[in-house]
Amino acid sequence: MSDPALSDRVVSARVLSDPTPSDPVLRLDGLRKNFGSLVVTDDVSLDVMPGQMHAIIGPNGAGKTTLINQISGIIPPDEGRIIFAGNDVTALPPEARALRGLARSFQITSILPGFSVLENVALAVQARDGSSFRFFGRAAEETALNAAAMTALEQAGIADRAHARAGELSHGEKRALELAIALAMKPVLLLLDEPMAGIGREETERQVELLLRLKSQLTMVLVEHDMAAVFALADRISVLIRGRLLITGNPADVRADPQVIAAYLGEQME
Amino acid sequence: MSTTLFLVQVLNGLQLGVLLFLIAAGLTLVFGVMDFINLAHGVQYMLGAYLAVAFYGLVGNFLVALLLALAAALLFGLLLEFLVFRHLYDRDHLDQVIATFGIILFLNHAVRVVWGAAPLTLPVPEFFTGAVVLVGGLLYPVWRLVIIASGLAIAAGLYVLVSYTRIGMLVRAGATNARMVSALGVNIERLFMIVFGFGTMLAGFAGIMIAPIISVEPGMGDNILILAFVVIVIGGIGSIRGAFIAALLIGLVDTLGRSFSVDILRLMMGPSSARMAGPAIASMLIYVLMALVLYVRPTGLFPARGR
Amino acid sequence: MSGAILQAPKPTLSLLPRRDVVLPAMIFLVFVLLPAIAALTARQYLLDVGARMMVFAVAAVALDLLVGYTGLISFGHAAFVGLGAYAVGILSAHGIGEGLIALPVAIAVSMLFAWLTGIVCLRTRGAYFIMITLAFGQMVYFIATSLAPYGGDNGLTIAARSTIAGWPLLKSDRAFYYFTFLCLLATYLFCRALVGSRFGRVLRGAKENAIRMAAIGFGVRRFQLVAYVIAGGLGGFSGFLLANLTEFVAPAYMSWQQSGELIVMVILGGVGTLDGALLGSAAYLLAEEWLSGITENWKVIFGPVLVLVVLFARGGLIGLGSWLRRRFAHV
Repeated sequence: MSDPALSDRVVSARVLSDPTPSDPVLRLDGLRKNFGSLVVTDDVSLDVMPGQMHAIIGPNGAGKTTLINQISGIIPPDEGRIIFAGNDVTALPPEARALRGLARSFQITSILPGFSVLENVALAVQARDGSSFRFFGRAAEETALNAAAMTALEQAGIADRAHARAGELSHGEKRALELAIALAMKPVLLLLDEPMAGIGREETERQVELLLRLKSQLTMVLVEHDMAAVFALADRISVLIRGRLLITGNPADVRADPQVIAAYLGEQME
Repeated sequence: MSTTLFLVQVLNGLQLGVLLFLIAAGLTLVFGVMDFINLAHGVQYMLGAYLAVAFYGLVGNFLVALLLALAAALLFGLLLEFLVFRHLYDRDHLDQVIATFGIILFLNHAVRVVWGAAPLTLPVPEFFTGAVVLVGGLLYPVWRLVIIASGLAIAAGLYVLVSYTRIGMLVRAGATNARMVSALGVNIERLFMIVFGFGTMLAGFAGIMIAPIISVEPGMGDNILILAFVVIVIGGIGSIRGAFIAALLIGLVDTLGRSFSVDILRLMMGPSSARMAGPAIASMLIYVLMALVLYVRPTGLFPARGR
Repeated sequence: MSGAILQAPKPTLSLLPRRDVVLPAMIFLVFVLLPAIAALTARQYLLDVGARMMVFAVAAVALDLLVGYTGLISFGHAAFVGLGAYAVGILSAHGIGEGLIALPVAIAVSMLFAWLTGIVCLRTRGAYFIMITLAFGQMVYFIATSLAPYGGDNGLTIAARSTIAGWPLLKSDRAFYYFTFLCLLATYLFCRALVGSRFGRVLRGAKENAIRMAAIGFGVRRFQLVAYVIAGGLGGFSGFLLANLTEFVAPAYMSWQQSGELIVMVILGGVGTLDGALLGSAAYLLAEEWLSGITENWKVIFGPVLVLVVLFARGGLIGLGSWLRRRFAHV
């Protein structure tokens, strides 16, 4: 199998299983964000180590999505730094971070509904395949782009819908498409903003299985409400309450922490 | 360049500014609260002028004509809102632009059909004719001072209305987030109608007040509309305060620029090149100003929705 | 299994879409036959009307690129047309009547203006963008009216049509007509290719969801600026043709009313189709010809028609065509 995508994955897996202590893929250093007088992110610092699935949990309004938006570059923090793969990306726009390997899925599905599923993903491939300032040639027929896109679609499990119009997909299929788009970016870090939101139990189980399979190849940050999924997937958990990080630790420790139970988990577990 | 000439032009600039404010205020509110681009706002100004001329012809009294024209302009505006605009609030901006452009075409030529293409005039009301002596022997037309005074009075009234009354608060809230206001149980359609009607009356009033000193002709609203757009873009969409400051700024910059561009340029270059370049640069001034403001603040100086 | 899906034909330098070639082919066929029809029916004015349609179609196609494919509602497009026209006029006034000089200058000037104003305009969004393009268009208009040595408000007559390499090839109306036809064809084919290219796909994607496009790594603003400059250049091209058609330039060529009419042409035909721009300019100018023969104030009729089109026939003529086809497909 001389599948280029596979050999990429093999390379990154090798890097991830390097026994020597490595630098964090993502480091948040003292992030602060206010909207007027409302403190949404309050001195958040955390490290995401390579190959790990780092979950961020917390009640609604804790500021999880705002945090993800700062990491991906949509909103600038008021204070603090974001260091991604060793580089300070705090001042970089989202597209620059994306090209460096930072991919994300959106809490409210954000795809191109008028395009085919295949083209949605092919565009993500196109972004890192040489210049897009080409005025001739039919982009939709570029076999190399389409091949890489199909691979991502297969990984996400919706290759059979490749030629459907993205706007016509079911909610669960759209979530899978978002994942496929992110995978096509060959990410170093994948930010998942509530991937289980609004999908049924069967779909959730499928997603969890998929993410478990991807765990060995990718570093991921997962924002999620579904506690079963979080504890099935996460290697590290950070708990965000009212913009502040209460605790960061192993799932077992976090689960048992009395502060966390009082502030959040108590309501979640039954 | 004498001080009296300078003062005259400053007053002229204020007068233009006040006029622009009257037109821009309605435009920015409609835009801010309803997210509705109304290119036809300029023809409302024109209609005010035409109605004033028409009613004056009937009743011979400026004040009565003014009141009748205001009422008629309001009625017409509400009719337009009911027939056309109401159906466009949900549409995208392109649709609104084309539809209101169609209304401009229609009205600019409809007035031609009804009143002919020749410019019409309206005499200055008797009480306010002539000129008055101001500082330093400066003679300035009374009516222009009336325009400035009434414009400032309305600005003050609007400020009080918007800042201290319940309806004003609803308007400000609507300009920041209309959907939220509606979700809170406010009858958003009635609010829209009130905002729209008010804006129409302001534009009509501006047209009525300016009618005695300019020629009333088809298309007179077009150029002032563009200026009004520059005002609300610089001032920030949805903001009365922004519209006021920007309107005065534009009025002054444009008027003073046109009057003194040649003189100022003559300090830097020969008289013949100054005479050539002067008018060109003067007409560019406010657009350059707008470009500079938007480059630094892409949503204007005081946008209602924040930055 | 996935191999079968991947077997797309090798990418070619394809300039035409595989389907829907019929409509543009028919339109161009009518245009190419028009001089013959004009001669046969002894209606020479058809040549002039047809040439006008094609000249404005060049500008309209460029505008559809912006409005329909990039999502930028430019209300100052006439400025580019006017700049191109004035390039021809001003050069002619100084004794330079050579098309091989005037055309590149016309396009370069409009592209430069598009680039400089685009940098500012693209910092804004939505309604602000519409209004700032409107204002920049007005700026150019007022500069033109204040150019006393070049006619100011009254405009400037051009001594003769542009020569091509010294030869007065465009002098005859017929020759100019065919030249304009080729220009329109080239513009249309170029824009068609552009829309399906990598560049075009980024624009179309950004029109649908700019945040998503940024999230996958595209600097949307840069692409939009390039599109704006291209459209500006094509507008200048149209201006070059317009100046040669009428042998006259005037500030009215860049008024905002003219910008409005260009947008109307795009909408009337069907925005976001390119073919619509062709149909729309033809339809608008035909309506102008026909209705102005009936009454001088034909816009009293046309204005409400426009409102009705926006309210009920949003897809323009092309939309109407698809609707009719669907409706009567089962008859």
